[in-house]
Amino acid sequence: MVLKAFFPTCCVSADSGLLVGRWVPEQSSAVVLAVVHFPFIPVQVKELLAQVQQVSRVGVTVLGTWCHHRQEPQESLGHFLEGLGAIFSHEPWLQLCRERDSKSWTCKATRRQTPTAAGEDQVLLIFYDQRKVLLSQLHPPAALPDRQAGDATPSARGLAVVFDTVARSETLFRSDRFDEGPVRLSHWQSEGVEASILVELLTRASGPVCLLLSWLLSLLSAVGSCWSRLRRHRGEQVCFWNRLKAVDPSSSHVPPKVGTGLSGSRSERSVPQLPRRPVEKPVRHVAEELQHLLQWLMGAPAGLKMNRALDQVLGRFFLYHIHLWISYVHLTSPFIERILWHVGFSACLGLTVAMSVLSDIIALLTFHIYCFYVYGARCAVLRAGGPPGGLYCLKICGLSSLWRLFRGKKWNVLRQRVDSCSYDLDQLFIGTLLFTILVFLLPTTALYYLVFTLLRLLVVAVQGLIHLLVDVINSLPLYSLGLRLCRPYRLAGSLPRRPADPPLSFQMQPLPYSRVVRVYRLPSCGCHPQHSWGSLCRKLFSGELIYPWRQRADKQD
Amino acid sequence: MEDEQSFSDICGGRLALQRRYYSPSCREFCLSCPRLSLRSLTAVTCSVWLAAYGLFTLCENSMVLSAAIFITLVGLLGYLHFVKIDQETLLIIDSLGIQMTSSYASGKESTTFIEMSKVKDIVINEAIYMSAKPRLDCLIEVYRSCQEILAHQKATATGP
Repeated sequence: MVLKAFFPTCCVSADSGLLVGRWVPEQSSAVVLAVVHFPFIPVQVKELLAQVQQVSRVGVTVLGTWCHHRQEPQESLGHFLEGLGAIFSHEPWLQLCRERDSKSWTCKATRRQTPTAAGEDQVLLIFYDQRKVLLSQLHPPAALPDRQAGDATPSARGLAVVFDTVARSETLFRSDRFDEGPVRLSHWQSEGVEASILVELLTRASGPVCLLLSWLLSLLSAVGSCWSRLRRHRGEQVCFWNRLKAVDPSSSHVPPKVGTGLSGSRSERSVPQLPRRPVEKPVRHVAEELQHLLQWLMGAPAGLKMNRALDQVLGRFFLYHIHLWISYVHLTSPFIERILWHVGFSACLGLTVAMSVLSDIIALLTFHIYCFYVYGARCAVLRAGGPPGGLYCLKICGLSSLWRLFRGKKWNVLRQRVDSCSYDLDQLFIGTLLFTILVFLLPTTALYYLVFTLLRLLVVAVQGLIHLLVDVINSLPLYSLGLRLCRPYRLAGSLPRRPADPPLSFQMQPLPYSRVVRVYRLPSCGCHPQHSWGSLCRKLFSGELIYPWRQRADKQD
Repeated sequence: MEDEQSFSDICGGRLALQRRYYSPSCREFCLSCPRLSLRSLTAVTCSVWLAAYGLFTLCENSMVLSAAIFITLVGLLGYLHFVKIDQETLLIIDSLGIQMTSSYASGKESTTFIEMSKVKDIVINEAIYMSAKPRLDCLIEVYRSCQEILAHQKATATGP
């Protein structure tokens, strides 16, 4: 069977020595972690490996020998290396050899205890960049539910075993060949780049420093707003925060949580001197537009001929309602403004809070539109046994039952179906009369209903848009996206290989942004409308009320 | 060991299939697509600009012409970067996996790697998956070689 040997690129130019790493028998692959250089004492090497194994719970052993001939190949070294196989017994024993400055490598794997017919296994050599593999995580992340501090190593599948091994063997990388220890190792630390300690310190300290800064800024803004309120002084404050919470990307089943706060510009007004009324103006404007609309409806809207009397009645009723609303807003506007100013402080908590507050304010300010819609569609008196109906709905219900009377049928409440029935003559006469009246009054009511429903739908659409935006912001994994942008090697996608010759090299490809968003997406609140388009149209037509934000649980009105 | 054959794709253009045997367990198939022909490029550009000129004579707004030039340039760049495939490579390494690389005319390369443990079998789906759109005979060649390798791999896996 083909034996796969994963060899770190940092050890390609290392001196001869022992190969140390992990052997995975299920996939017949050997992950080489480091090279132990001569001279060494076998007992000390075994001690170090036992220590590393105990701490990291990775089965680190001596896998074989590594031979790098810088001068002419020495026969004695070859025999010596073979003799080492007797001291550190491992099945299969790996022997990698590289000639001086040549591209060709010799790879052998021998088994002693169970000699196969071939005598040797075929070795497939794959290079990998140890530092990148150490820092990154392979996607899709393998679900490791049994990854506690147990003694059994979780079975990682396929290439994830390489990532797993390297990431967990950090204790092995503590000492280097330049250290004065009993054992000299060569691994990714040996090819370290100097003079980047400042950068490393800065990157590590940036998280806590950001937290500290944001806390200080919040303190400053709170103090500043209290101070300026005391002195009745106009000013503007704009704060920009970035809160990064600590995230461990290797624990992939805990999605990263990120909060970004943006507190918008706030302007103060000195209330007694200059009344500005920012709330009253738009409300008044909306109310005046509604009045124009009603005047238009009371005339001949779009060339349609309305029933003059009913038209006037409805128009005046709604006009009076608007008049009441304007007076109400005028009376309460000082209090509303104060309340809004205090509520504006809560915008410090985040952009999504500000948007939700905005959505609620819109709902409050367009309350009269909601009232009109309800009046048009709903009445205080419920028809017994029928669905809750309003002006339009009553009309439709009345029309439908009178139409049944026309045809000689009746609605059987007990059986919930339509039965035939024989009516008396006077019943038929009254019924026909009422039916005719209702039919001819239908266009007027329908028009009012249509106009107010459209207005209500517009407000609902705006609110829905704000909710959608809030949802998207809440579920967007900003930390993962930032990580993908700044350090793309931490999130690895598929792994391409470049076969120049027999030695293959393992390269990591950063995840595409769409997959980052999909994998790390936070759960959204899921306030999706419960109706499909068909049922929505049906409800609109029959005059039932539409509550887009109701969950399935509460269906009461 | 290299081997080259020429096939044709579903639109009638010439495709070249190159096979490389690195070892009994490692093979590579390289499919090269025909280049962007000058004739089609000229035809598209001329038609777009004629339409823009027609619009210009109708509405007397010179912005239409600038917009047409801009659209042509952006469209060409987008086509070269996202649509036009130069070469597609399929690399099979026994016991490791299958890697598919598409290199586009603008130099972009997109790679997909599937681990061998996740591969149950290789089938010929519709040609639409391989963006070079080869015909059935080319696909059969590739299919046969892949099945050989998979069979070889299964035999060694169940062996000692």
